[in-house]
Amino acid sequence: MALGMTMTQKILAAHAGLKEVKAGDLIVANLDLVLGNDITAPVAINVFAGINAKTVFDKDKVVLVPDHFAPNKDIKAAEQCKKLRTFAGEHEISNYFEIGEMGIEHALLPEKGLVVTGNLVIGADSHTCTYGALGAFATGVGSTDMAAGMATGKAWFKVPTAIKIVLTGKLNKYVSGKDVILHIIGMIGVDGALYQSMEFVGDGIANLTMDDRFAIANMAIEAGAKNGIFMVDEQTLEYVKDHSDKEYTVYPADEDAEYTRTIEIDLSAIKSTVAFPFLPENTRTTDQITEAIVIDQVVIGSCTNGRLSDFSKAAKIFEGRKVAKGVRVLIIPATQKIYLQCMELGYFKTFIEAGATISTPTCGPCIGGHMGILAAGERCVATTNRNFVGRMGHVDSEVYLTNPEVAAASAILGRIADPTEL
Amino acid sequence: MKTQGKVFRYGNNVDTDVIIPARYLSSSDSEELAQHCLEDIDADFIKNVKPGDIIVADKNFGCGSSREHAPIAIKAAGVSCVIAADFARIFYRNAINIGLPILECPEAVAGIEAGDEVAVDFDTGTITNLTQNTSYQGQAFPEFIQKIIAAGGLVSSINKNL
Repeated sequence: MALGMTMTQKILAAHAGLKEVKAGDLIVANLDLVLGNDITAPVAINVFAGINAKTVFDKDKVVLVPDHFAPNKDIKAAEQCKKLRTFAGEHEISNYFEIGEMGIEHALLPEKGLVVTGNLVIGADSHTCTYGALGAFATGVGSTDMAAGMATGKAWFKVPTAIKIVLTGKLNKYVSGKDVILHIIGMIGVDGALYQSMEFVGDGIANLTMDDRFAIANMAIEAGAKNGIFMVDEQTLEYVKDHSDKEYTVYPADEDAEYTRTIEIDLSAIKSTVAFPFLPENTRTTDQITEAIVIDQVVIGSCTNGRLSDFSKAAKIFEGRKVAKGVRVLIIPATQKIYLQCMELGYFKTFIEAGATISTPTCGPCIGGHMGILAAGERCVATTNRNFVGRMGHVDSEVYLTNPEVAAASAILGRIADPTEL
Repeated sequence: MKTQGKVFRYGNNVDTDVIIPARYLSSSDSEELAQHCLEDIDADFIKNVKPGDIIVADKNFGCGSSREHAPIAIKAAGVSCVIAADFARIFYRNAINIGLPILECPEAVAGIEAGDEVAVDFDTGTITNLTQNTSYQGQAFPEFIQKIIAAGGLVSSINKNL
């Protein structure tokens, strides 16, 4: 009798041409997509030059997105972006996205329909795990793996064990996918899913939007996971069909699939959650914060929370209100499409009238690159995904991770605040 | 292959942002990256590290970003080996791919202190603390990974098969 397999194991087996795999197996799998950005791809391009391959394995399956230090923040960044552009030209890479059509890679790829359900994707960026929201296996790798993937269309994997996360119920007002994943990381720790898959199942999934699911899968890496993956439902398939004409395959987990642990989460019990410096596991719910944590900056954007629903929620909070004196607010729509939608829906007017500023799509401040770097002693509330030491600038600055509504409420009150306080 | 060096000791969750802060990622020059290695948690590291020295850390070393610049910076700083209780998975892959020796051994980590002189035998996985006169058995790599290392890293391993 065949072994029961998890969603992840089924995708890995199918891409390795195997009937079955089990946790611990080392396999070589075919890749549907290989991704890199302006930080990781320049290193990969150098490595690629040392591989005996004339060109990439498939010019339609390599994606290059200059998004981290782009628009070019300085001469060095300009040289790195130029390296991507030149390589894309030389190898006729169809999915190279220049300023004007680009966006933050993990918001851009699903939007462009480049990743669909059942795909196996590697990306030289740790948040590649975002595409697990589509029922794909997607994982972050380094530049050498990216170079090897570009050359051969293959990568080696150790088949992971998995944690099953069963979601039930429905989220309350001012609580989103971001709070769900912060809650989970707070519970299991930043290495709680080390080397493992986080597999999300349960009837609560139907109550989560795709944007919620992207935010949850995006931060699986912050629990150390190899990947996060969602059970596929009608909403997933509707999203995939709306955005892509690629063929997709649904790989449901077997009923007897093995999980090392099962975590049950009632979505209705989750509260707005804040991750305090300097780890995403340092979580407290907003109602547990009794002291006034005065802030200098708010960033709403990133591959975690830079999608349309994030800005529509933030706009509702900012509507008719003003940013507190002394607080700088940066709104960064993740893609050009989202930017245009925000403009057409009037959100930009709301943000600007409130006293916020709006940036072109970029990872920018999230990695302390540009567009909102912190000085010594400054505090930022950000809808991003990491709050490590020095992450957004000076080594003595602090980042607090929240959902967009808490970030907006904090901007208005000048301290970390729950939207119900307004 | 063997190595011996003085230990630089760190705690849990040393992330790739502190191994090499993003503000330096507009360079992919290994020597330049090495100059800023670990500066946000140990400003003296790069002044004091000598070729062959060893980093010992607790759990989840290399968590966070996938930047290969992190193991590149450590290797270029002259570090001959990183020993940790466990590693974040992308860092683990990257270290193997670029030829930075790493070992998982929670017992050794518990028994090694900053400044200890430690010797590592990669063929056997034996870690010897010369200062405290103790020795530990590190976890050997699976054969599949040993082949990548033996070939001289992922690129050489792929070139053999192309």
